[in-house]
Amino acid sequence: MSYIIDRRLNSKDKSAVNRQRFLKRYKKHIKRAVSDAVSKRSITDMERGENIGIPQKDIDEPSFGHGQGGNRSRVLPGNKEFNTGDKIKRPEGGGGGSGGGDASDSGEGMDEFVFQITQEEFLEFMFEDLELPNLVKRQLTATETYKIVKAGISEEGTPNQLNVVRSMRSAYARRIAMGAKKKRRRNEILAELEARGDHSDDLDKSLREELALLERKLANIPFIDDFDLKFNVNKKEPQPCSKAVMFCLMDVSGSMDQRTKDIAKRFFILLYMFLQRNYEKTEVVFIRHHSTAKEVDEEEFFYSRETGGTVVSSALRLMNEIIEERYPLSEWNLYGAQASDGDNWTNDSPVCHKMLSTQLLPLLQYYCYIEITDRGHQELWQYYEKLAEEHSDAFAMRSIEDYADIYPIFRELFQSDKSGRA
Amino acid sequence: MNDDLNSKLLSEGSDWTFELIEKYDREIARIAKKYKLDTYPNQIEIIRSDQMMDAYASVGMPIGYHHWSFGKQFLNVERGYSRGQMGLAYEIVINSNPCIAYLMEENSMTMQALVIAHACYGHNSFFKNNYLFKSWTDADSIIDYLVFARNFISECEERHGTGEVEAILDSCHALMHYGTDRYKRPYPISAEEERVRQHERAEYIQRQLNDLWRTIPRSAAANTDHDISRFPAEPQENLLYFIEKNAPLLEPWQREIVRIVRKIAQYFYPQRQTQVMNEGWATFWHYTILNDMFDEGLVSEGFMMEFLHSHSSVVAQPGFDSPYFTGMNPYALGFAMMRDIRRMCENPTEEDKRWFPEIAGSDWLSTLHFAMENFKDESFIQQYLSPQVIRDFHLFCIIDDDTSETIDVNAIHDDNGYRRVREALAAQYNLSSGEPNIQVHEVDVRGDRSLTLHHQQNSRKPLNDDTEEVLKHLYRLWKFDIYLFSYDGEEVDQSFRVPRKKGLSLAS
Repeated sequence: MSYIIDRRLNSKDKSAVNRQRFLKRYKKHIKRAVSDAVSKRSITDMERGENIGIPQKDIDEPSFGHGQGGNRSRVLPGNKEFNTGDKIKRPEGGGGGSGGGDASDSGEGMDEFVFQITQEEFLEFMFEDLELPNLVKRQLTATETYKIVKAGISEEGTPNQLNVVRSMRSAYARRIAMGAKKKRRRNEILAELEARGDHSDDLDKSLREELALLERKLANIPFIDDFDLKFNVNKKEPQPCSKAVMFCLMDVSGSMDQRTKDIAKRFFILLYMFLQRNYEKTEVVFIRHHSTAKEVDEEEFFYSRETGGTVVSSALRLMNEIIEERYPLSEWNLYGAQASDGDNWTNDSPVCHKMLSTQLLPLLQYYCYIEITDRGHQELWQYYEKLAEEHSDAFAMRSIEDYADIYPIFRELFQSDKSGRA
Repeated sequence: MNDDLNSKLLSEGSDWTFELIEKYDREIARIAKKYKLDTYPNQIEIIRSDQMMDAYASVGMPIGYHHWSFGKQFLNVERGYSRGQMGLAYEIVINSNPCIAYLMEENSMTMQALVIAHACYGHNSFFKNNYLFKSWTDADSIIDYLVFARNFISECEERHGTGEVEAILDSCHALMHYGTDRYKRPYPISAEEERVRQHERAEYIQRQLNDLWRTIPRSAAANTDHDISRFPAEPQENLLYFIEKNAPLLEPWQREIVRIVRKIAQYFYPQRQTQVMNEGWATFWHYTILNDMFDEGLVSEGFMMEFLHSHSSVVAQPGFDSPYFTGMNPYALGFAMMRDIRRMCENPTEEDKRWFPEIAGSDWLSTLHFAMENFKDESFIQQYLSPQVIRDFHLFCIIDDDTSETIDVNAIHDDNGYRRVREALAAQYNLSSGEPNIQVHEVDVRGDRSLTLHHQQNSRKPLNDDTEEVLKHLYRLWKFDIYLFSYDGEEVDQSFRVPRKKGLSLAS
């Protein structure tokens, strides 16, 4: 009467669609949770999944039911000491009891619906509808850079493409081919002459004549001929530019406290991760500056303190030098991110404006400036505002006051082109 | 002698194989037949634990349409399972013909045997013979119907967008428990007919509706006539049915979705009313059958130890003050009552003869079958809960009245209390005591088309905080104003209006 069926090999993830639907429906909640997580995690810790908690009340499916109050009776098991007619004090906050639903005694940990999303999903949510500015453009025009690859050997070519080894080998083969018969004959004649000894009859004469002829012919075989020349064939293959370098510029003068640096760090983390996901290879150059600029490692960048004035242009100048030295434009996509509290030496801001405008921005994919301050903006901000107007496609700036501002600002800065950059 | 006994053992060790499952199933079927368990044919499916989670998440439908709430269910199960807070049930069984039971790959041979006895012969015979299941579900066509529903809904998604369909489903789900006629017998559903008649029905309803919602004034005379009959003529408790047939602006495909949710709710309706009986019945039979197998020497003592260990944890009933207490355990109560009926038949005491004169000393098998076939939880408890079981469980009844300072103990397990405990416990299993009694009262057909619902309070229990949300869902389907008045006797205690109008006092 019974059929036994082995379903173990059936496809798994039958619930995948429903799970996706759920994630889609609660996207807002999940994104909020993800963005909270980003501001809490450390820089090395971005690439893992996350527990997402959604308030239970947002996720409940409503249905008609009884609220508290009224007159209700309930039968319970496990009576030990009660007798008919006993009066029990109402438990604190219990209100009118809980008709069947046990709302009162299962409250622990039930106010949040918690579930796991994978690392992939975590990052997807984090980067969703973000797009690196000009990224698409750059990808489409990536054929600007080519790589020369070998594509075999050809009989025709220009002298600079000559493949010497192949040509010589070919010449050698030809020489063997053309001279083999003659050489054999010459060797026979020589052997015969040798055997005959010192005679000078007709035969001897004709043999010698033939020998001379052969020698001449052999000597006439050219060492190398047009026919032998082999050329390398090279092909130009379009090479997508998949390397990016990110310049982190930060003011480390006395006015920048650790909290401000931490905020900046979060911003750099995000930018770094975003680049990392979009490019095969991403390098980071940390440049810190007070009155002079210096390239440093990450640890020093974020955690060492310096005192002194602030000259922003020193960092820009160093950045420019490093680009010229190490990052040819044909190979690298260049991004710049600058964090500062807005202080700058009085006469330096116009210099920064000029440097960025004329030297750096033409080279960069994108340059963003974040100012972390709760005070009013200063001269640097005003000059940068001008810059933002002139180069709206490659320059963006924002002001950040607290940790919570980072992610929205980051999104705003890198909002996809479709939705129009602010 | 010893060798002779051992040679009868079906298996040794805890690993199962397909041959062994077949062997056990044959023996269990033989014993079940001896006890007159009448079942649908079984389809036993072996699945992995992650497939079990999928089965869980689809709330007992082997083929479900797509909806986010099932995804939520899945995440919940997955989390509970991966943290080890929750073990997966050993089995899931579907009320269909053939009766589908899922067995998990990880189970030991003992557990597989337990599940086969429990699900494939216990639940299965209950599905086939209980009157509620017989009158409310059609095991032959449910799978076909679910396939039809899934296909229909995914077609709708393609045509009208996932969002639209999801919105309708959300609203229907909110009203899902108000999709059955409690006192009317439904027609059995047939998938083939559904498909054929669906188009026809859509057109017909639209025509009827147009008639109901005719806006052309009939005649001046009719308008002055104040004796216009009320619509609906009688209060309607089946809200989904009412929506399906009467909502003025729903598209035909939306009506069909309302109908699908309603039909599926109807399919689950008997299960919600027979938890104690169904689990009790199945537990009683796995217990009885496996013990018989042991007596016949088919299974070893080790097998029985493992079986009894898991059996006793299934039928454990923590006391009300235990941290593990989550309400009455239907397995425990049902199993105890089924066992008690057999006990009363076989070894009646004086008390049993006084309380159950017609049961005491009767043939236990036919008495038990009769009980299984003709009752639901509420009436089953009312009819069969004996003083013995009340004593064993130390049941007591409390009255929690918000007008009183204290919670009063109304009855305990003594001579004065048995009846009161039994009545109170039975009432607890009456669906309508858990679900507010809400009915369609009137539609303002000639006016603003608003829909008015009445709630009759049961022991002054008010409506919960979800009410307004549910009404919003109802509004999405009806698309005109919704009123809900909650009556305590003759007086309106709460009133709701969706959508809310500002500056309008609702107190009446």
